[in-house]
Amino acid sequence: MKILKSAVAGTLESSDCMVTVEPGSNGIEFDLESAVIRQYGKQIRKVTLETLGRLGVRNAKVHMVDKGALDCTIKARVECACMRASEHEGRINWGGVIR
Amino acid sequence: MINAVGREIPDEILEITGKEPFQGNYYRDDVPMTKIGPTIRPVMNNQKSKLVANIREALIKCEAHDGMTVSFHHHFRDGDLIVNMVMKEIHDMGLKDITICATSLGKAHAPLVPMIEDGTITGIESSGVRGAIGEAISQGKLKKLAIMRSHGGRVRALTTGESHVDIAFIGAPTSDDYGNLRGIGGKADCGVLSYAIVDGNHADYCVAITDCLVPYPNFPAHIAQTKVDYVCVVDEIGIPSKIASGAAKPTTDQRKLLMAQYCTDVVVNTPWFKEGFSYQTGVGGASIASTQYLAEIMRERNIHMGFGVGGLTKAMCQLLDDGMARVLLDVQDFDLDAVKNLKNVNHHRIPAGVYANPLNKGAVVNKLDYVVLASLEVDVHFNCNVVVGSDGMITGAQGGHPDTAQGAKCAIVICPLMQGRIPAICTDVTTVTTPGESIDVVVTDYGVAVNPARPDILEALKAADCVPLKTIEELRDIAYSIVGKPEKVEFEDRVVGIIEARDGTIIDVVRQIKEI
Repeated sequence: MKILKSAVAGTLESSDCMVTVEPGSNGIEFDLESAVIRQYGKQIRKVTLETLGRLGVRNAKVHMVDKGALDCTIKARVECACMRASEHEGRINWGGVIR
Repeated sequence: MINAVGREIPDEILEITGKEPFQGNYYRDDVPMTKIGPTIRPVMNNQKSKLVANIREALIKCEAHDGMTVSFHHHFRDGDLIVNMVMKEIHDMGLKDITICATSLGKAHAPLVPMIEDGTITGIESSGVRGAIGEAISQGKLKKLAIMRSHGGRVRALTTGESHVDIAFIGAPTSDDYGNLRGIGGKADCGVLSYAIVDGNHADYCVAITDCLVPYPNFPAHIAQTKVDYVCVVDEIGIPSKIASGAAKPTTDQRKLLMAQYCTDVVVNTPWFKEGFSYQTGVGGASIASTQYLAEIMRERNIHMGFGVGGLTKAMCQLLDDGMARVLLDVQDFDLDAVKNLKNVNHHRIPAGVYANPLNKGAVVNKLDYVVLASLEVDVHFNCNVVVGSDGMITGAQGGHPDTAQGAKCAIVICPLMQGRIPAICTDVTTVTTPGESIDVVVTDYGVAVNPARPDILEALKAADCVPLKTIEELRDIAYSIVGKPEKVEFEDRVVGIIEARDGTIIDVVRQIKEI
């Protein structure tokens, strides 16, 4: 999946995260701010990179502001932001890489 | 050395402080001890006026000096103006190396942070700290070890001389010109002066600060003229709307209401719920709701509370007014209803030492049947943490938590299984502030766990079949299955604070937070 423009998904509510995806040319540049970074920083990073990998996103700048979201929320927000930023423009091809 | 709750207390810290590691709740029971008194200046001269023009004059007359300890009380809560007012004057006089011995410090005291950074303040002793000061301590900005002790523990430390206060500053809603102080009346009405009474007894100098000077004698005095050296009248000692910051709106949060229901079910199905039972509860939404549920059952079964104690709220005062509680014993008022309720002749003020000092001849907490508490974290050993956030930052206060938990026959902690992503029920708390041996029941939104040390309570709850019983390990496992197992928070080696157990032994240390 190719990131063509910048797009956002999620909110800054407690237990959610806001993900901003932008086109990049230098692999995945992931930048994280999190209320629970000391306890879950590594896990959030792992889930985000796995999700991007599954979507086939190779180059992107990804900025996440996390307010204690669970893994399932993080996956959903990352998927959504990427879909919006890609040629799919939010028209999601359910059942493929989106699970 | 490893203490009785399994925490490593570095030898170096034991050496610097001269304290022992925590040995269990009853280590100092029945052990003889000597009380230490202050050095005072008698006032025999009947021409002497105690009135001073301003804080500066009070400081000079009280021989303010580098390295001294000054004390404050927190009855004005987030509306307190006294601490900042006095410390600004001390700072402007260029005094250094000051220790603050406060009953608690909160968000109102953020202006102290620059004074910590410039060496004016090098020591803090408190029940805890919230806000910017907590962060400053966790970041290692305070030169000396911060000492966190419970309300009862603070009285103990002053009576044994572990802490010595050079000058106590007591904000008084009303005072006369000879230092008879009352917690009620005036512009900054906080109801009681319970936490400050020990300062009057143990500080060398005692300065009353008031914004409402009344004719002599201001009686009945809550702190007597015989304890007070000087009286200083200022424009404002507190912001009334922020004094009652504990005023809780009835909660509609279903999770809290569920926990409130479980908590009440635990109370009414254990053997101490009978005519004349005693009870303390907190100010959180679940605690207040559970008091209301409890009141319904008390009416149904015609059971009356013998006494209620603690920081008081409208919900507890309602029980007194309705004739459902015989007596209230008051150390702090969380809302204006509680302040107003002091008019009830059965609503009595008690000093902090009577409430909770572990080393007197028996404090009120020893007579408690039930206490309902909250906690940031509870671990599988039932240890509680109410001071250090799960991210390692100092953010709360012990208050009366360790005192009441030890004293009560049945200590119940209400704690949601998760706070956002943070599992509140965990393998090991970040910092132990109340030992697991004091905690009997943990109520969460996913079930209730009973400390295996209390088979009597477990049997009673099983027989009543009133709440979903789980082991504490099961609760932790549910939490971890939802949020994932947290990484261990990383700290520097440097110890920035100690957590004292009630008796003055060290129950845990707080280390400097690692920058990320």
